[in-house]
Amino acid sequence: MPGLAAQVERFSVVIAIGGIAIRVNTADADFLAMLEERYAGFVSPEADAQFDFDVDLAPRAFANPDADVSVIHRSGRWLMERGDFRAEWEPATGRGWIHQSANPYSIDAVLRIVHTLVLAGRGGFLLHSASAIRNGKALLFAGASGAGKTTISRLAPADATLLTDEISYVRKLDVPQQDERYVAFGTPFTGELAKLGENTSAPVAALYLLAKGAENRVDPVTVSDAGRELLANMLFFAEDQELVYSAFQAACDFVHCVPVYRLTFVPDARVWEMIG
Amino acid sequence: MKVNKKLYMARSPRIAARRLGEEMLVMSGQGSTLFTLNPTATILWQAADGATPLDEIVERRICSEFEVKPEEALRDAEALAADLAKHGILLISDEPMPKPVASVQESR
Repeated sequence: MPGLAAQVERFSVVIAIGGIAIRVNTADADFLAMLEERYAGFVSPEADAQFDFDVDLAPRAFANPDADVSVIHRSGRWLMERGDFRAEWEPATGRGWIHQSANPYSIDAVLRIVHTLVLAGRGGFLLHSASAIRNGKALLFAGASGAGKTTISRLAPADATLLTDEISYVRKLDVPQQDERYVAFGTPFTGELAKLGENTSAPVAALYLLAKGAENRVDPVTVSDAGRELLANMLFFAEDQELVYSAFQAACDFVHCVPVYRLTFVPDARVWEMIG
Repeated sequence: MKVNKKLYMARSPRIAARRLGEEMLVMSGQGSTLFTLNPTATILWQAADGATPLDEIVERRICSEFEVKPEEALRDAEALAADLAKHGILLISDEPMPKPVASVQESR
């Protein structure tokens, strides 16, 4: 007698960002192909995935990405919800699920949330900033929408490697290497440039707070201003007290270790001569 | 006859604080609100052990540092403490308070 339950074929792709690998499982081959294309450069077939997510695809009608995102911690699980997805993740087992339609934006949001949660416990963070590697060091350019992240990325010289024009990925090293405590990684999280960052990393040399002005100039920033502005630009989703404290401490630790400057610039490639 | 009650202050356990440079930054766990304490508020925050009455703190820490009359300094400090309590940064009571179970995170 044949089995009553049909065996559903599952497809998997491992997406590794910032050295943290997440396996995404789906029964839909087309969705898998879309993910492989969307995260090209960050797909790691050989990587040992630390976390597993099963994606359950819903009809297209299930979508309202403009709704507010909700991330709450309950009974050892993170419950994530926006108009276009629902998801759950249990850190203890490393397993989770996502209910969404077949689009790349919902899973992208879930990945950002999961990475912020993972990084928060390790002194790292995602930051609204462009970042690039030049001369072996990573430079971060933080600012709200319109501050110039895309512009500074477009102006980057040929010898700079773009890590992202929108969301920087910063990890804290457990053991500092030659006084270098933080490392920036490339991300597939894009802004207006719509270009994936390079999947590489480098020690963070400086954080620049972007401001558009009439001239190119670099000014020092007090450590307290640096802390406040870093916090204002950190990606943060969960209304969880411990995570709030973690983000706060992470920002304070970072500005004690990494030089922070205000970079006022005109849309001119010469700005890179001042910072590279 | 007016009887002045003693006022005691303790740091809220729902707060994380760090000194960055010359400023004390305080993050509330509820609502993710960031506060920057002025020098007087920083003194109150640092001295808020739940056991030392506010008038003693004012006399030892504020009057010795700022040129201000004790009565005026105490009046201002009471208003400031009430404001900090309203924002959930300090707990205030007319009796000594035990140290909070959750430790306040403060360093540097």
